Amino acid sequence: MSASDDIWILGIHMTKFGKHPDLDTVDLGAKAIRGALDDAGVDMGRMGILAAGNLMGRGGIGQQLQKQVGQTGIPVYNVSNACATGATALRTAIMAVKAGECDMGLAVGVEKLAGAGLLGGGGQAKDKAKVFEPSGRHGAVAPTDGRIGTDTMPGVFAQVGMEYGHKYGGADFELFARISEKNHSHSTLNPLAAYNKAMSVEQIMNDVMIAYPNTRPMCSANCDGAAAAVVTNGETLKTLSTEQQRRAVKVSASVLTTDPWQEACQVLPDVNTLTRNAANQAYEQAGVGPDDLDLVELHDCFATAELVHYDNLMLCEEGGAVDFFESGAPWRDGDKPVNVSGGLQSKGHPISATGIANIWEVCQHLRDEGGDRQIEGANVGLAHVIGLGSACGIHILEKAAA
Amino acid sequence: MADKIPLVDYLELEPSPHLVANECTSCGARYFDRRNACAACFGDSFRTVPIETEGTLRSFTIVAYAAPGIDVPFVAGVVDCGGTSVRGNVINVDPDPDHVSLGMPVRLATYSMGTDDNGTEAIAFGFEPA
Repeated sequence: MSASDDIWILGIHMTKFGKHPDLDTVDLGAKAIRGALDDAGVDMGRMGILAAGNLMGRGGIGQQLQKQVGQTGIPVYNVSNACATGATALRTAIMAVKAGECDMGLAVGVEKLAGAGLLGGGGQAKDKAKVFEPSGRHGAVAPTDGRIGTDTMPGVFAQVGMEYGHKYGGADFELFARISEKNHSHSTLNPLAAYNKAMSVEQIMNDVMIAYPNTRPMCSANCDGAAAAVVTNGETLKTLSTEQQRRAVKVSASVLTTDPWQEACQVLPDVNTLTRNAANQAYEQAGVGPDDLDLVELHDCFATAELVHYDNLMLCEEGGAVDFFESGAPWRDGDKPVNVSGGLQSKGHPISATGIANIWEVCQHLRDEGGDRQIEGANVGLAHVIGLGSACGIHILEKAAA
Repeated sequence: MADKIPLVDYLELEPSPHLVANECTSCGARYFDRRNACAACFGDSFRTVPIETEGTLRSFTIVAYAAPGIDVPFVAGVVDCGGTSVRGNVINVDPDPDHVSLGMPVRLATYSMGTDDNGTEAIAFGFEPA
C-alpha cells in the first residue's frame, strides 16, 4: 500500500454527552467541529469535504454548520443511516480522501435527544371516525405496533438477546444485568459520559422494567452530544509537524455493511449477519484478528445487544458469548476490554454522534490520552455501530508507528 | 360489506384462521408484506402459501413501556411455524417470565378488536400456549 492510500485521523473531538439546554443542535455540532480542527492543528480552509449526520433535526445539518464554522464552498454530504449515521459520515469523508478528491476531510455527527423518551414505537392513533380500511404493505386495518409484536427499540433488542439465549443457552435476566453493571462501572472513569454512576446488579434488576429483560439502566441513555473527526492521507500527513504525526491515528479498516436477506429478517431485524460480515471485512482490510485488539467499543444500545456482538465481532468462539462474559474478559482489567467508555447505556447515545464518539474513545487510548481510564499499551482498537434497518459500521484503528 | 375483517391481509379467517405468506416461486423466500421483487433472489413472481398454525417460541420480550394507546404489559415474540418465522404477541397467558419461556409450544389464536362505525368487526391474531 502506498502512503497515499493510508488514511489517518488527524484530529477528533467529542462534546460532553448529557443535557445541553443552552446549546442547540448547530451549537453542539459546531463545538465538535471546532474541537476536531483544533485537535488536528488545521483550519476549515484545509477541508475538502464535509460529511454530516443528524436524524432529529430539520435536515441540511452540514450547510447549517458551515454557516457557523466556515462557508468555503466544499461539497457537503448530509448522511442518514439510523444509529450508524456517525460512522457513515466518517466513512464518507474517508472515501473522498481515499479517492483522491481531497487530502483532508471532515465528518460530524450531532443529536439533541435529552428527554426524547421511548424510540421506535409508532403507537396507536385514536381515530375519530373509525372505519377499518386496509392500508400499507400488510393491508393493516389498524396500527400493528403492540398487537403484532413491538416496534420499540428496547423490545426489539430484548428479542435479539433472548434469541441468542434460546440458541445457545446461559443468557438470563441476571447475566444481561451484569453486562450493564460492567458498563455502568466503566462509566465512573469517563468525565464525558452522561451518567457516571456505578450500579449493582440488584439495583439494575430492580429498576423500572422497560422490555424484559431490559430494565431502564440496561437501555441506551437518550442525551445530547456531538462528535467530529478530521481525516487525511499518509502523504499529506508526512508534510505536517512531528507532533501531528505522533498523535495521528491510523484507520486500518473502514467498513460499512447492510443486512443481507435472511429467513427471519422481515420478522426480527438480523443484527448479527451484517456485523459478522463487517467484522470479517475489517479484520481482513486491517490485517489483524480479534486477538490483536486491545480494546473494543461496540454498540451496546441495550444490554441484550452487547452479548450478541461479542460473538458477531468474533471476540469469542461462535456460541461462546456467555462464557466470554463470565471469564471477565470484557471488563476494563480483562483480556478484551469492551466499552471502557461506559458504552451507550451510561455514556449515552445521541444517535448521529455515536459512530464518531466511539472512535474518539479508541483514539484516546491509542494516543495514551485516556487519563484515568487509559488501557495501558493499547495499540489496536475496534469501534462498531449498528443502525436498525440495517447498517453496520466498523473501524479498526492503530496507534501511529512513531 | 364483510362483517369481519382481519387486522392484516396475511391473516385469513376462513375456513379456519391461519396466516399466509407471499412465497417467491424461484427461491421459496417468504414475505408477509407485499414485495416488488424478492429480496433474496430478485425474482418477481410470488404465490400464496399457508403457514402452519402451530410452532415454538424462538424469542420474546415482555413490553412494559410502549407508545400511548397500547396496553401493557404484553408479550411480543417470534414464533417458528414449521420453519417460517412469524412475528406476533403471545396471548392468553400471564405476561411474566414465569409463564412464558423460550422454546414453548404455541398455536395461532384470534380475538376481536371491536367493530367500526359500519359494524365491521376486526379480528387480530396472536399465539397462545399449546
